[in-house]
Amino acid sequence: MEYLLTVSKFREALREGKFLGLKCNQCGAYTVPPKKVCCECGSEDLSIEELNRNGKIITGTVIYVTPKGYPTPTTVVLVELSDGPWVTANLINWNPEKETIMEIIGREGVIGYRDVPAHDFSAGEQLALTFSLK
Amino acid sequence: MRQVAIVGVGMTKFGKSEKTLIEMGAEAAMEAINDSNLKPKDIQALFVGCGASIVEENQTIIGGFLAEDLGIAGIPAPRVESACSSGSWAVALAAMTVAGGYFDIALAVGVERQTVLSTEFNTRMMASGVHSFYESPTGLSFPGVFGMATHLYAHKYGIPLGRLKDCLAKIAIKNHRNAAKNPKAQFQKEISMETYYNSIMVASPLQLYDCSPISDGGAAVVVTTADIAKKLVPKPVHLIGIGYSSSGSLCGQKDFTRVKARETSAKIAYNMAGITPKDIDVAELHDCFTMAEILAYEGLGFFEPGEGYKAVERGDTEIGGKIPCNPSGGLKAKGHPTGATGPAQVYEIVKQIRGECGPRQVEGAEIGITDTMGGSFAAIINLILKKGW
Repeated sequence: MEYLLTVSKFREALREGKFLGLKCNQCGAYTVPPKKVCCECGSEDLSIEELNRNGKIITGTVIYVTPKGYPTPTTVVLVELSDGPWVTANLINWNPEKETIMEIIGREGVIGYRDVPAHDFSAGEQLALTFSLK
Repeated sequence: MRQVAIVGVGMTKFGKSEKTLIEMGAEAAMEAINDSNLKPKDIQALFVGCGASIVEENQTIIGGFLAEDLGIAGIPAPRVESACSSGSWAVALAAMTVAGGYFDIALAVGVERQTVLSTEFNTRMMASGVHSFYESPTGLSFPGVFGMATHLYAHKYGIPLGRLKDCLAKIAIKNHRNAAKNPKAQFQKEISMETYYNSIMVASPLQLYDCSPISDGGAAVVVTTADIAKKLVPKPVHLIGIGYSSSGSLCGQKDFTRVKARETSAKIAYNMAGITPKDIDVAELHDCFTMAEILAYEGLGFFEPGEGYKAVERGDTEIGGKIPCNPSGGLKAKGHPTGATGPAQVYEIVKQIRGECGPRQVEGAEIGITDTMGGSFAAIINLILKKGW
């Protein structure tokens, strides 16, 4: 079976305002980032669905020594989506000088995206998920 | 399967080197071959662990060039890539092929040359160990991965971050103290609490001295059967357990304060060896960041989940403690030329079991374990070694 939700399809949808994932027709679990099979039961019987953008912060870090091409500092968080899966995202509209990561663990927010320019080894233009606190 | 033994080890000094990957690999390899009382022509297969030769030197098939350098072009010589555990996979594959009877004598070499790359490029290159499309576009670095692990650990177990940071400082101080007694270590000086806390923030809450350095170096291990080993050397070291596992993206693992790949790998290794964590006398484990050392204590079963930081407070993992960890100085202070790290851990455990470690010797060490982790907890190898004479 062909790969159902590819990176390019996932990104294209986000740019059109849709946050897509996979719903398992066997066990009902959601898989995002997309994979070939369900992240819970391994079934290939999946449907593309629009996901709820709400989630909460599990942990994060403020990165001061960033990879080449990224602004300093860059804040990265792990978010637990209300649909279950965890995703890696940039925390935006937040000031690391006013609050610490420990203080925002558990806080709720909303998933978005930002475009990231291509670099030598990135296989073209990139896209990162973002997270804004409510 | 045949019982496998290690008959020779070699390693270059870790740090900044003017030598090429092949030159460092050949130096370590010849030391290991000489240590085994063998000649290069006795080697039947070469496995080379190297994470990033293509970006460091624009060099692929490094195994073939290394075999040529040793005068043994023609033997099978694949490069093994598994990020920071590349070299341990090279040792494991050498051991598996000898155990299975494909070869009688195999050489595993690990090598890396990272000081030729800038810090920001190294940071990006190392970040290739998280998902290239769904994670690394956020700018997530490896210090960032372990910064997140530190915050998550503190939150999950209800530990004030300041108390956990003091433990991380103690790990850095311990590993520098050990490295100061290791002539092959990159850093030969001890550090103080003040030095630790005065260093720059890399990825909160991790500072410079929480991080292993950018390094060059090579290390090598000669593997053969236990029967051949006893004819070659007076002190063969038996490889009695091999554990292995993998995982994928960081986010897909969910709560990574419990490293499932390590728990799986360690269990396989302990079962094969027929021992428990209590039987281990000395460990070389993957302290790419200070927090990683605590997670490794717990994943290897030395301490219960959420209790590893207390072991640091008690000094249990110091040389002379209950379970000495990283007597070589670890990745933190011995240096971390990624591909070379696994064979260098084996080098240390073999020397510890042979009783050749001088001021950093763990007295009476007979059974040791190595623990190497590639990517974001994504490729774990554990090797259990035992006195074989």
